[in-house]
Amino acid sequence: MQLQAEAKHVDHSEFVSFTVASQAFCLKITQIREIRRWQPVTVLPHAPADVLGVMNLRGAVIPIYDLSARFGLEQTDASERNVVIVVSVHDKPVGLLAESVSEIISIDPDDIQETPQVDSRNTMDFIQGIISQNDEMVRIINLDAVISSPEQVAQ
Amino acid sequence: MTGSIMDTFFEECEELLEAMDAGLAAIEEGDQDAETVNAVFRAVHSIKGGAGAFGLDELVAFAHNFETVFDDVRSNKLELDEKLIQLLFRASDHLSDLVTCARDGGQVDSAHHDVLIKALAEYIDEDEEELVFEPMGVGAAFEPAALPLLDAVEEEVTYDIRFHPLKEMYATGNEPYFLFQALSDLGELSVSLDENELPGFDAMEDGENYLSWELSLTTLKPRSSIEAVFEFVEGLCELSITTDGDAEAEVDALAALNAAFGVGSAEEENVVDVPLDQPAPEPVEAPALAEVETVEVPEVKSDQAAENTPVAKKDAAKAKSAGPKPTLRVELDRVDKLINAVGELIINHSMLAQQIANLDASDTRDVETELEGFKTLARDIQEGVMAIRAQPVKPLFQRMARIVREASAATGKSAKLVTVGEATEVDKTVIERLADPLTHILRNAVDHGIETPEDRAATGKDKAGEIHLTAAHRSGSVCIEVKDDGAGLNRKKIRQIAIDKGLIPENAELNDNEIDNLLFLPGFSTASEISNLSGRGVGMDVVKNAVTKLGGRVNIASTPGRGSTFSIILPLTLAVMDGMVVSVAGHTMVVPITAIVETMRGNDDMINNLGADGTLLSIRGSFVPICDVASSLGLRGDTTNEPAGVYLLVETENGDRCALAVDDIHDQRQVVIKSLDGVCGNVPGVSAATILGDGKIAMILDPESIVTASSSAAVFDTDRRMSNAIAS
Amino acid sequence: MKTKVLAIDDSRTIRNLLAACLEEAGFEYFSAVDGREGVDKYSDIDPDVVITDINMPNLDGFGVLEELRGDGINSKVPILVLTTESAADMKARARAAGATGWITKPFDDESLIFALKRVTGAAA
Repeated sequence: MQLQAEAKHVDHSEFVSFTVASQAFCLKITQIREIRRWQPVTVLPHAPADVLGVMNLRGAVIPIYDLSARFGLEQTDASERNVVIVVSVHDKPVGLLAESVSEIISIDPDDIQETPQVDSRNTMDFIQGIISQNDEMVRIINLDAVISSPEQVAQ
Repeated sequence: MTGSIMDTFFEECEELLEAMDAGLAAIEEGDQDAETVNAVFRAVHSIKGGAGAFGLDELVAFAHNFETVFDDVRSNKLELDEKLIQLLFRASDHLSDLVTCARDGGQVDSAHHDVLIKALAEYIDEDEEELVFEPMGVGAAFEPAALPLLDAVEEEVTYDIRFHPLKEMYATGNEPYFLFQALSDLGELSVSLDENELPGFDAMEDGENYLSWELSLTTLKPRSSIEAVFEFVEGLCELSITTDGDAEAEVDALAALNAAFGVGSAEEENVVDVPLDQPAPEPVEAPALAEVETVEVPEVKSDQAAENTPVAKKDAAKAKSAGPKPTLRVELDRVDKLINAVGELIINHSMLAQQIANLDASDTRDVETELEGFKTLARDIQEGVMAIRAQPVKPLFQRMARIVREASAATGKSAKLVTVGEATEVDKTVIERLADPLTHILRNAVDHGIETPEDRAATGKDKAGEIHLTAAHRSGSVCIEVKDDGAGLNRKKIRQIAIDKGLIPENAELNDNEIDNLLFLPGFSTASEISNLSGRGVGMDVVKNAVTKLGGRVNIASTPGRGSTFSIILPLTLAVMDGMVVSVAGHTMVVPITAIVETMRGNDDMINNLGADGTLLSIRGSFVPICDVASSLGLRGDTTNEPAGVYLLVETENGDRCALAVDDIHDQRQVVIKSLDGVCGNVPGVSAATILGDGKIAMILDPESIVTASSSAAVFDTDRRMSNAIAS
Repeated sequence: MKTKVLAIDDSRTIRNLLAACLEEAGFEYFSAVDGREGVDKYSDIDPDVVITDINMPNLDGFGVLEELRGDGINSKVPILVLTTESAADMKARARAAGATGWITKPFDDESLIFALKRVTGAAA
C-alpha cells in the first residue's frame, strides 16, 4: 500500500534484511508471511541437521529450517534472541531460523549484482544476487533453492 | 455458464450412475419392485436428457437403447432373467465409460460399444423401435417440430384464421388471448370476436364455449409459424388458416398438422380416458433368477439372507417412506476448515483447563463446571462435523461389483460379489483411498483365489465362486473384509517364490501366518505366474502401504480349500484419535490407544538379556522382545539394560507382540491428527503429529513401523524363530 | 412484475439449464426437485406458469397435473410438461391430465421462450 502511495518507489522492491551466522541476507518482503520470536520446536526423529523440527503456527504444523546449517555454515544454537521467518514455499508455510532481523530496505532492481564466483557451491545455489547496503554486502536468498520441496525434509 | 452447467451434469451423472448401479444390484438380489426398476429407468433417462442438452450424441444414443430396454422391463414386456440382468450390468458399466469419455475426452472401445448396442437391440421390439426410436433419433427429430422464424418467406401474405376453442381447451389452461399475442409477434394482426353462436341465456350449458374469433394476420412468416402458435391447442379447437380463397391449402394444413401431431381425433377420444395415474405395474412374478440362485447356492443364499436382508430391507423401507432426505452440497474445503477449527477449539479447551488448574484461585469449581459444559459442546460440534465427512461405503462397494464382473470375464471364472454393510459410514478420504487397495484385493481374489469352474466342480463346490465384501464398525474402527470361497493361499508356492526372489533364506522356518504375510513384502509379485489381470507389477505391498497410510492395517486368514479372508482395519476418522501421551527421552509423544494391548511399570525383574544386545521382557511367564522407542527414533544412544519407566505392550499386524519402552505415561486423551504430508517427508516411526494442550506439537508414533524398524535386521534370521517361539 | 415460473425436475442439470435460460430472459425462476416438492411449494410461490418433468420420484408429472388441476382451483395456471418422448401418446396423456402444452427435451432457449409466450403471453 505504501508502494502505491509513493509513486517514485514504484520500481523499487522492499526487502527484509537479517543476519544468519553473522552474514547479512535478505528476502523480498512479499515472500514473508510473518516473523516470530524463536520458541523451542518439536524435534522430528531422524531429521537432517538443518531441519530443526516442527512448530505450531495457529493450528498448522510447519517445518523449521536452520538457515545457517542449510547454507553449510555452523549450526545455530537457537535461543529466544533468534527469530523464525515464516515464508510461503509452494503455498505451504515454512519457518526459517535466522539470528536476528535487521531492517526493511528498498532495492532498485538495477542495483542487484550477480553473485561473483566463489568456491562454496553449496552457498552459491541459495543466493540469487547480492547488493551493497551501507557498505555491507547483503545476499538475496533464492527461496526455491533453499526449500525445493517439502518432501526433502527428513529424507 | 454452459460450462458450469455441464460440470453439474457430470456431477449429476456420477450420482445417477451410482443410483443405477444400486438399483441393478438390488434387482440382481431379487428386488424387482416397481420403484426399484423405475429408479434405474429414471437414472438412465436423466442421463439421456442431460446429454441431449449438450449434444453428446453417442451418450444419448446409447442411453436411449438402454432406456428402451428398461422401459419394456418397467412395463413388464420383458422378463428380467439372469442373462438380461448381466447385459444391463454391462450396459451400465459402458454408460459409465461413455460419461467418462464425454467428460474427459477419449474414445470408448467401439467394438465393445457395438456389441452392447446389438445385444440391447435384440431385446427391443422391432415395431417399437421404429415407433419410438426414429423420432427420438439424434438427428433431425431432435429439433422441435415447428419453430417460428425457421424459414421466412419473402413475400407478405395475409392469412384468415378462424379459431373456435372447444370447452376442453379451457381445462388445459390455454388462453386464446395469449395465443393472439404470440400471433401478433409474427406480423400485423387484427382480431374480431364472433358472438353469433351465443345461444340465449337459458340455453347456455355450463362450461360450454360459444365464442369464436376471426383473425387476420399479415406476415412474412410461413404458415408453419402460425401452426406452431396453435400447437398446444390442436385438437382442442376448430381452427382454419386460409389465404385468400385457398380452401385446399386449409385442408392440407390441417392434415399436415394432424399428421405432425400423430393422433387423429377419434384416437384422441380414447386417450382421454387414460387414468391420470401411471398404470400400476402388475406385481412382478417371483423372479426365476432367485430360484436359480437358490438351487445353485442354497447354503450361501440362506447365510446371506441372515446377514444381509434385515439391513437392506430396513434401508429400503426407510428410503421409500421418507424419500431422499434433503441435502446441501458443500465444498469439501469448507468442511475441512470447520474440522480444523473444531480441532483447535478442543485444543483450546485443554489449554484453558490447564491454565485454570494452574490458577492460584481458592475456588474454581464453578469455572470447572462451565468448562465441562464447554467440553461437551465442543465434542458435540466435533462429532457433528465429522459426520459431515462420513459417507456410506455403498458407492465404493458398487464399483467393486464391476471389478469382480470384469475380472471374472477376463479370467473366464464365475464369481459373484455379495456385499454386506453398505450403509456403514466411513470418512470420505478413507473411502477414496480404499478404492485402489480394494480393487487389487478383489482382482486377486478372482484371479488367484477363486478356482476355475471345472476345478470347483471337481471339489464339490458350486461352479460360481462367491466373494463377500463386508463393512462393519468394530469398537472404534472400521473393518472391511474381502472373503472368497476359493482355494485358499498356496503357501508352498508363496514360500518358494519368496525364496526365489531372495526375500527369505531357503532354510527359513515360517509358520502359516508368516508365510501369508510374505505377500505383503515389497518385491513379492506373483506377476510371473498368472494372467495379466492382477499381476500388473504391483503386489500386495501396495495394498499394505495404502492402508498403512490411512492408519490402518491388513490381516490375512486363509484355509486351504476353503478360501481366504483379507481384513482391512481402519480408524473411524482421520481427524481424531485416542492416544496415550508418553514421554520419550524428554519429548512428549502420543501412541495410538488401539495399538496398545497393555501397559506396565518397569522393574528389574522383568528384563532378560538375550545374546549381545537383545532384551526380552517377561510378562506372566512369557517373553516379549523389547523395543526402546528413544533409540529407535534416534533420540538416544544405545539401549541400556536399565528397566524403562513404562512398557507398552503392542501387537503388530501379524500378531507378534513387542514391548515399547518409554520413560513415562502422562495422560490418555483424544488428539487431533495433523498430517505431516507436505510438511516433511516420511518420518520413520512417526505416523502424524498433534497439538497438545500447551500448544506444543507432539509426534504420533506408529508402533508398527517402530517394531519393524528395530527388528527388521532380524526378521527372517534364525533368532526370529526363537523369539517367536518364546513369545507365543 | 416479472412472470414467475416454477420448474419441477429431478435433474439438477435440467433445472440449471432452465434457470439459466429463464433468468436470462427475465423470468422469475423457482424450482422444485420432484413433484411432491413442486406441489407443496406451489401455493407459496403462486407461479404464473409451471414447467414440470414427467418421470420423477415421489410424485411424477402426471401426479403434479392431477393435484394442481384436481381441485378445480388452478384450472387457469398454464402447466407445460417437459418430455423427451416426442411420441404423440405422451402429449395426449399429458393433455388429458390437464397440461397446457409441452416442451420437448432437449430444448433450446428459443423454443422454451416461445412455449412460455404461447401460454402466458409473456415475452419475458
